[in-house]
Amino acid sequence: MSVSKRLLKSPQIWFQRHVQVALSSLGRMVQNQLATLMTCAVIGIALAMPLGLHVMLGNLQRISGAWDSGATISVFLKQSVSDEKAAALAKELRQHQRIEGVELTTRASALEEFQQLSGYADALEALDSNPLPALLIVQPKADYTTAETAQLLVRELKLLPDADIVQLDLQWVRRLQAITVIAQRAVVVLAALLGMAVLLIVGNTIRLEIQNRHAEIEITKLIGATNAFIRRPFLYTGFWYGLFGGIIAWLLVAIAITLLSGPIANLANLYESSFSLSSLNLSTVFSLLFASSLLGLAGSWLAVGRHLSAIEPS
Amino acid sequence: MIHFDNVSKRYPGGHTGLSNVTLRIEAEEMVFLTGHSGAGKSTLLKLIGLLERPSTGQLHVNERNLSRLKNRQIPYHRRDVGMIFQDHRLLHDRTVFDNVALPLVVAGVGHKEIGRRVRAALDKVGLLHKERSGPITLSGGEQQRVGIARAVVSKPPLVLADEPTGNLDPALSEEIMQLFMQFNQVGVTLLIASHDIDLINRMQKRILTLNKGQLVADTKTEPADVGE
Repeated sequence: MSVSKRLLKSPQIWFQRHVQVALSSLGRMVQNQLATLMTCAVIGIALAMPLGLHVMLGNLQRISGAWDSGATISVFLKQSVSDEKAAALAKELRQHQRIEGVELTTRASALEEFQQLSGYADALEALDSNPLPALLIVQPKADYTTAETAQLLVRELKLLPDADIVQLDLQWVRRLQAITVIAQRAVVVLAALLGMAVLLIVGNTIRLEIQNRHAEIEITKLIGATNAFIRRPFLYTGFWYGLFGGIIAWLLVAIAITLLSGPIANLANLYESSFSLSSLNLSTVFSLLFASSLLGLAGSWLAVGRHLSAIEPS
Repeated sequence: MIHFDNVSKRYPGGHTGLSNVTLRIEAEEMVFLTGHSGAGKSTLLKLIGLLERPSTGQLHVNERNLSRLKNRQIPYHRRDVGMIFQDHRLLHDRTVFDNVALPLVVAGVGHKEIGRRVRAALDKVGLLHKERSGPITLSGGEQQRVGIARAVVSKPPLVLADEPTGNLDPALSEEIMQLFMQFNQVGVTLLIASHDIDLINRMQKRILTLNKGQLVADTKTEPADVGE
């Protein structure tokens, strides 16, 4: 009875075989240290770029998020509203469920402040009435401080009969957020492009490997190896390239963060902020390694699919 | 075991490898295949191992109709056909042991079983003491014996050999042939292509003679009838 008919379908042997192939392809890579290291480094650098940008953006969002929550709404009242009426309105608004506090600048105090700060004191004295309106600076409650929710409050305040201009001091934060969204997209595009580059790097490396092992593939086919059997070591090799490339990318970004965190803490200190650069969290690292291994596997799959079928024994 | 029914093989470009060959080889037979180079010996062996497919005709090996075999089934067919080559076709970056183990690894045999069977095969060809050597350190005759061990390690019912003694001196060739006789005695069907007429005649086995792709003689145990 032949071996093939007695082929042991035991999962234990299957597992044993996979571990063996995974380790032997790893061993083969270790034998070619320099070439392996260079390929992994190229993959690592390609992956480090989008990863680094992703981390930077995450930090930027953290900063702009903090600014966002400091948003206040300026309500300029109509000229005709007297200071007494403005004070009454301020008192009323303080009871509002979405409002944390209201700061009132009366017409009189606005004029006083303007006279002190602008240097147009004489010119203002020439006017027979106070041209400045009363101002309410509204601080929304914590739940209503993001760009979207604060906007709801703005709309409500605009409906007040005494309100003239209602301004959310958030325009620039929103612009920053819009830019961040664009940058996020750019990172996604960059990641896709560089991911493709990784795919091609691994594919090309595996293609060369297949060429080098042409005779071996031919002999193994003669002996009755299935395509899956021949494919397996190359797929594992691609997987290892991806994984090690990912690890290198992780190290590069971690080093960059360490190098930057000192100066950034310094800068934050000058702004009297306690901001510190956040590093890679575990889930990001896990996703990175998963994605890079998958890219390596896919790259070698492409090469193997194209080149293995071309080798037939003669 | 092997049944050619009007099999022809034409190559692109018009060259004819085999034309209208009909022959039958029964299980447990030992048959020699001879003829000038280019007569179609290698083509015939390649068709049996499905390295090539026949252009026309029906070919059954091991009760399989090879014309109906799909490409993805070819590996399983080859596991039942041990093949031996003139140039040995060993993997030079692996030890003798690993070379002989390859068919078993390919077939998914367990680790312990592999060790046992490889040593048995190496013992059979008298190279057990060389299992840790690299093939390049061996002589031509030893390398061929490694190739033979590899062909029989998985105990295939059929073994094909293409000029197995082509590069060997008469004494070594004789040794290899004795090895084949031993395999045949335990029930292996052997088909051996060789142009060494003297050697073949001494073996006193059935001889198929090819000329220009045609089967011109099929002699059983009558060595004197082999003519050119």
